[in-house]
Amino acid sequence: MVSGTHKLPVGAHYGLRDWLSQRVTAVVMTLYSALLLGIVLWHGGLDYATWQALFAGNAFRVATFLFMASLLVHAWVGVRNILMDYAKPTSVRLTLQVIVICVLTAYVAWTIQVLWGV
Amino acid sequence: MPVAERPIDKPRPVYLNLFAIRQPLPAIASILHRLSGALLFLVGIPFLLWFVQRSLASPEDFAAVTAPLMTPFGKLVVLVLAWSYLFHLLAGLRHLALDLHVGISLAPARSSAAAVLVLSILLTLIVAVRLW
Repeated sequence: MVSGTHKLPVGAHYGLRDWLSQRVTAVVMTLYSALLLGIVLWHGGLDYATWQALFAGNAFRVATFLFMASLLVHAWVGVRNILMDYAKPTSVRLTLQVIVICVLTAYVAWTIQVLWGV
Repeated sequence: MPVAERPIDKPRPVYLNLFAIRQPLPAIASILHRLSGALLFLVGIPFLLWFVQRSLASPEDFAAVTAPLMTPFGKLVVLVLAWSYLFHLLAGLRHLALDLHVGISLAPARSSAAAVLVLSILLTLIVAVRLW
């Protein structure tokens, strides 16, 4: 007889959230990529003036920030999956994961600096 | 316990050398998805941030960061990153379709893996033509 009462409650239960965020961020990045490709094709290439004017618009900055935020969340789930598969010793895996989190957080700061920089 | 040491089992062949196995197309697409993702994280993101930052700084900086795109090495870097991005994007879209139970039986899964590989190479060739 199958009974749920003896099931061991293991895992941190973040699997579904990570799985879903991987996909939602992928859709956001796909839409942004299509938008940027459309803009570049519309202008028939990019020179400095067009490029600069594009990033001067606040709507485009916010869209770009959404893309970068999605990219960094997406990268975290993907890199964490890779580390869980190949970095077997807990000490090595934990160290690498902390480094990746620090790097990705620094990228958030760098993104804000690029978009709304001094 | 290793398989061969189990008393009730006869020794059976175990192929753990991945290079001794002929991988099916979806497996190749899967490992390339992972490899391209790793490359985009390690090289793609810092390159992207650096490139956008410098290119927006001034017309001189814009010229300075776009000039290396005219050199063979610069073109190679851009093409490798472009292929990684395009392949990862297409393989991801295929993955979303599989999540929605579209094309999960063997034949369409094989042909969609082949389509992702071919299409990513074709689109990269278009980028190459634009670069040269």
